[in-house]
Amino acid sequence: MNELIFQERIDSERKIEPKDWMPDDYRKHLIRQISQHAHSEVIGMQPEGNWISRAPSLRAKMILLAKVQDEAGHGLYLYSACETLGISREELVNQLHQEKAKYSSIFNYPTLSWADMGAIGWLVDGAAIVNQVSLQRTSYGPYSRGMIKICKEESFHQRQGYEIMAEMAKGTSEQKEMAQDALNRFWWPSIMMFGPHDADSPRTGNAMKWKIKRQTNDELRQSFIDKTVHQAEIIGLTIPDPELKWNEERGHYDFGEMNWDEFWNVVNGNGPCNKQRLDHHKKAHEEGRWVREAAKSYAQKQLKK
Amino acid sequence: MTDNSTIWEVFIQSKNGLAHKHAGNVHADDKEMALQNARDLYTRRNEGSCIWVVKSEHIVSSESEDGEAFFDPSNDKMYRHPTFYSMPDGSKHI
Amino acid sequence: MDLLKYTLRIADSSIILGQRLSSWCSKGPTLEEDIALSNLSLDLFGQANALLEYASELDGTKSADDFAFKRNEREFYNLQLTEQLNGHFGDTIVRHFFFSVYSFLFYSKLSNSKDETLAAIAAKSLKEIKYHLTHSKSWVVRLGDGTEESNKRIQKSLNNLWQFTGEFFEMDEIDQKMYKEGIGVNNSSLKSEWDKIVNTTLKQSNLIRPKDGYMQSGSKNGMHTEHLGHLLSEMQFLPRAYPDAKW
Repeated sequence: MNELIFQERIDSERKIEPKDWMPDDYRKHLIRQISQHAHSEVIGMQPEGNWISRAPSLRAKMILLAKVQDEAGHGLYLYSACETLGISREELVNQLHQEKAKYSSIFNYPTLSWADMGAIGWLVDGAAIVNQVSLQRTSYGPYSRGMIKICKEESFHQRQGYEIMAEMAKGTSEQKEMAQDALNRFWWPSIMMFGPHDADSPRTGNAMKWKIKRQTNDELRQSFIDKTVHQAEIIGLTIPDPELKWNEERGHYDFGEMNWDEFWNVVNGNGPCNKQRLDHHKKAHEEGRWVREAAKSYAQKQLKK
Repeated sequence: MTDNSTIWEVFIQSKNGLAHKHAGNVHADDKEMALQNARDLYTRRNEGSCIWVVKSEHIVSSESEDGEAFFDPSNDKMYRHPTFYSMPDGSKHI
Repeated sequence: MDLLKYTLRIADSSIILGQRLSSWCSKGPTLEEDIALSNLSLDLFGQANALLEYASELDGTKSADDFAFKRNEREFYNLQLTEQLNGHFGDTIVRHFFFSVYSFLFYSKLSNSKDETLAAIAAKSLKEIKYHLTHSKSWVVRLGDGTEESNKRIQKSLNNLWQFTGEFFEMDEIDQKMYKEGIGVNNSSLKSEWDKIVNTTLKQSNLIRPKDGYMQSGSKNGMHTEHLGHLLSEMQFLPRAYPDAKW
């Protein structure tokens, strides 16, 4: 009975709110998806944080710092949305540390040059935007509202990255080489952000039925590629895919096959920075324990006064 | 001691004369921290002139408009936050 | 030129402390505090930028970025406190508390400067610094009156950084000249208020004011601790490695 009412609600585009009845699987699916989204924002602070101290101008430094700060904020919005489903922040952090929860694989790649800041802003944030715009219409209320807020703030992130790439591409020959190199390293991981092909993605069925997801992996990936090819052409950089070609019949770009071995390796923990990212997060968490305990202890003392 | 902080709901008055609007929530241990965290998280783009913070556990919620059968009637609070339920000391995995 | 050097002294403390704080990104004890520390850092970079733009105007040839990225250690005039290592969260908070109390008092006076640009920058910075003061002060109190461990740790931070607090109140020839012209601040006049705020906070937090002893000095003439060199190597690397590049 509840299932019918629930599905009717979903079908009529009404939002599901925290206190509403929901199938256990819907709740579990959301916890997994929202928490992984949150973890991604937080872990994503590391590869970009890596270049804050070395930003080449005051303006670049302030913009990058503001961007990474936004990402922390997005993590917080998402943890909040996730907690409304009945799980605590502590549990979520534990799941991350125990590798029971994942985060977006793109952040397991190292940032090796300043141009990577451009590539990440342009491609990674660009891909995230495609995904997030779609998620604004997700069925779970708190998640949808979080996404709307995030999308409002995200637009400057992609522009920041694209501007860096554009400037470097028309700068000195060393700068142009640096920018092209960053694009070469981040292109494939970026399109892999959209996940496996629809046919290889077992959870897509429920996600679409419950309107958690509004578009499939392949649909979103295609949308991103179509937008980005032209952007690369304008600034004079080459996307490292020899099979990239406009298909007049489909009205979309055809593109080469992704390296699925690499994809699954990185997803399963065998990527260049997996260990480093998690160790960093664990270390910060451990080293901050005495601070958190002090704050709690102080607060408790105030209540007793 | 659990590593969880208290959750506070945040209400922001974006301009003088307007009503406070619910912006979301923050974790904090004391009220000064709650206000500061709310400011840092929700008014980075100058979205506010006045901030209210209230511990989530103090908020009382009305019932869902769909009537008795469809919602979780076990409490009248806003969320399913587990921190609202006090667990016996020493209990684990719950 | 005296006004230029005076301006650089203020700018340099902001940029160096901003640089230190920015390293906390993704390392904060909570995600909330991570954002807070980045906020403090951004404020300081904003202040530094405004001051370096003014320095650029006064100089006539160098840009704000030139001042930030092309001067060497002996040409920086930041207070030595600002270049000290982040250490643990307590060290960072004490460094920030000491600096914010001073900065609050300094900018309060500087907002009345006869130099319109400095007065305007000071007035704007004062709004931000008030928050820095509240924030760092709250944490001193929480950590001092938190657990036994936090009290021990932050007491140590206070003891270690105390030797850098003498520099706040020094007056050299340039300071004297600027003060006489109604442009600059009488730093030594700030001490009694600084002491009052610090003493009250420490008392409230179960903490002991360190005894005065040897005080570090020399930043007004580009004398620094060994930390500054490393900080600048990292900060200035890209513009120095690619001198012809525009970013």
